[in-house]
Amino acid sequence: MIGFGIFRGLWTTFRHLIMTYVEDLRKGKRGYYTDEGIEMRRNTDVEGIFTIQYPEEKLPVPEEFRYLPFLVYEEGENGDKDLRCTSCGICAKVCPPQCIWIVRTNDPETNKPIPQPAEFYIDVDICMSCGFCAEYCPFDAIKMDHDYEIASYDRIREHIYDIKKLSRPLSYYASIRPANFHREETARTEKEAHRAAAKKPVS
Amino acid sequence: MIDQTTIVPAHRLVQRFPQWVAADERPGYSGFLVNPEHLVEIVRSLRDEMGYDYLSSITGVDYLPEGKLEVVYHFYKTTGGSGLNLKVQVSRKEAVVPSLVPLYSGANFQEREIWDLLGIHFVGHPDLRRILTWEGFHGHPLRKDWKEPFFEEETKPFKSRWPEGQVQRIEDKNPFKDNLQYPNEFDPETWIPHSEELLYSGLKKIKKTDDLHTDQVIINLGPQHPSTHGVFRMVVVMDGETIVDLRPVMGYLHRNHEKIAERNTFLQNMPFTDRLDYICSMSNNFGYALAVEKLMGVKPPERAEYIRVIMAELTRVMNHFIAVGFLLNDLGAFFTPVLYALEERELILDVFEEVSGSRMMCNYFRFGGLARDFPEGSEEKMRRLVFDRLPRKIDEMDEFLTKNDIILGRCEGVGVITAEQAIANSASGPVLRASGVPYDLRRADPYSIYDRFDFDVAVRFHGDIYDRYLVRMDEMRQSVRILQQAVRDLPKGPIMSGKPQYQVRVPAGESYGRVEGPKGELGFYVISTGKPNPWRYHVRAPSLINLTSLADMSRNEKIADVVTILGSIDIVLGEVDR
Repeated sequence: MIGFGIFRGLWTTFRHLIMTYVEDLRKGKRGYYTDEGIEMRRNTDVEGIFTIQYPEEKLPVPEEFRYLPFLVYEEGENGDKDLRCTSCGICAKVCPPQCIWIVRTNDPETNKPIPQPAEFYIDVDICMSCGFCAEYCPFDAIKMDHDYEIASYDRIREHIYDIKKLSRPLSYYASIRPANFHREETARTEKEAHRAAAKKPVS
Repeated sequence: MIDQTTIVPAHRLVQRFPQWVAADERPGYSGFLVNPEHLVEIVRSLRDEMGYDYLSSITGVDYLPEGKLEVVYHFYKTTGGSGLNLKVQVSRKEAVVPSLVPLYSGANFQEREIWDLLGIHFVGHPDLRRILTWEGFHGHPLRKDWKEPFFEEETKPFKSRWPEGQVQRIEDKNPFKDNLQYPNEFDPETWIPHSEELLYSGLKKIKKTDDLHTDQVIINLGPQHPSTHGVFRMVVVMDGETIVDLRPVMGYLHRNHEKIAERNTFLQNMPFTDRLDYICSMSNNFGYALAVEKLMGVKPPERAEYIRVIMAELTRVMNHFIAVGFLLNDLGAFFTPVLYALEERELILDVFEEVSGSRMMCNYFRFGGLARDFPEGSEEKMRRLVFDRLPRKIDEMDEFLTKNDIILGRCEGVGVITAEQAIANSASGPVLRASGVPYDLRRADPYSIYDRFDFDVAVRFHGDIYDRYLVRMDEMRQSVRILQQAVRDLPKGPIMSGKPQYQVRVPAGESYGRVEGPKGELGFYVISTGKPNPWRYHVRAPSLINLTSLADMSRNEKIADVVTILGSIDIVLGEVDR
């Protein structure tokens, strides 16, 4: 019969409509603007409405999510910031759009390079957020951030990030990427233990 | 390193034409060098006597140090198997090669592209105009002596960016403050643009002999159009509502991806491949990784192979959902099927985000394996998707759309292309399989571990829009079948063979790595000279080559059907224009 195919299709849409209200009644008040509600709506067995109402509700960002890079510093005792970066320049070399500029200086007395970046710039307009800088840094000094809400009104003045804007503490890194942090810290402590054991004199 | 394009069947070629064909002896290369004057005759015998009926890709290469330009042809048989590649070398001063369009009409756009980007003139081509740059463009961008306006250095990494780096914006260096350069004797004040006469005059008009004196109108379904899947333009000649002839015009999104790739190192190219077919980034990564791994001679470990297949098949399901949804959008069902399809895509993109870090520009594959392993919990999510949600939702889309009378009425018998036309036009993917040619790369020329999985090749025989839709639904089901086997058999182990390094050592040679992308055969032709940067990098884009069939499919259809036909070919402009 003509029109039967359309009727079957409309039945699917109608079923979704009913399920939206059924699920909404089942969720009740706690279904919106709560984390639990967001999880219910992004689950694989959602049948009704699945919209996440940004900006009041935000999707939790997974750990591996990469947006722009930041430099990691370890907090010293007096509150001084000890950047892990040694200005080796590998991140600048691997960057596909070449958006990283580093200035490395030499110690005036010994004429050896200082293992700290004198200046470090990233042009955020060019950055592709590919994550190569974080992947190939041998010192775990540059990592990918999670913050994607960085819109601004002035491109010229605000979109080249310098060291001050790029530095974030190690505790921030541990809070956004706990599994990676844990893995790297265990690797570091093992390496330290190895090195200490190798240095111990044989008695 | 012997490439897949072996020499075995083509011993016959050298025997048949001993004075015109010679094997390519360069280290790392394979295939045959052919005398350009006798090219057409040799290719005709290849097609008719030796069964190589499918011309997959034509590439041009600039060998500046030797003063030569080379055209590389890749031929395959639709019955399967590895193929044959032929090369023609001409001098840079006088680059003239006979055209293969009389034999294979799929060579049309690819030869125009080589004329546009490299300046090789093809004799016998019906319409040799520029395709990716605008018709008044000066110079041939892919030649090695052509410098772009934002030129800094020949190859990356650029020394000017570190370590004594001075922060500056690249547009401040260019005198026009923009990506613009003028040729030497050009004066913008006195230049008169010639309109697109060549384009419009090439359109065929039919002669009508009845008493009603009607005109045939030329209409531009212009680059700004809500239904052309991107910035794509079609120039049609219409007699009333019926289409007499159609010409596609592309190049509005041309970014000269191939020249950028020659400046990048091999690893730096990986994120750029994400941006080709921007919906299916994992598939593009796969093709490029395969091409370079062939050159390097590395094979990824087992777990990495299984994960690659899982990602590729999830991409295929996601792409077909979008294709079906947007086909319905083009038919006029404004956005409801699209949103149903996009809901499933969101769940797959959540998996991609957890695994690779980004929803669309995944940058997940590396040479020799993958970038990182699955985090906790994502395997469980994948399992729930693949075993529960996706089969259920594909059945729901099927029930929702397949028997709909409007779809049946508008799509059956519309936009037909026969099997012979499809093969001659080098169509690939669902367009080819809906016309009755069961050519699927995963079966015809298996790569990675696809020979271990049990799945069927989806074929239909009418060649119309409805069959392309049905082939996509079938392929979704077969992909879920492969996914279920892969997720069930996923082994534990390392995901990278060798240490991850940012300066990969790629020996000299050429390779053509191809995958069955969701839109068709996606191929990457990479030439390396042993340096950190590729010498030539070419993308065989399935969307561009499938568009050769658009004109054949649209003649004598109504104007309202052209949009639907374009939707059924499923193009993405990032791939068409690169």
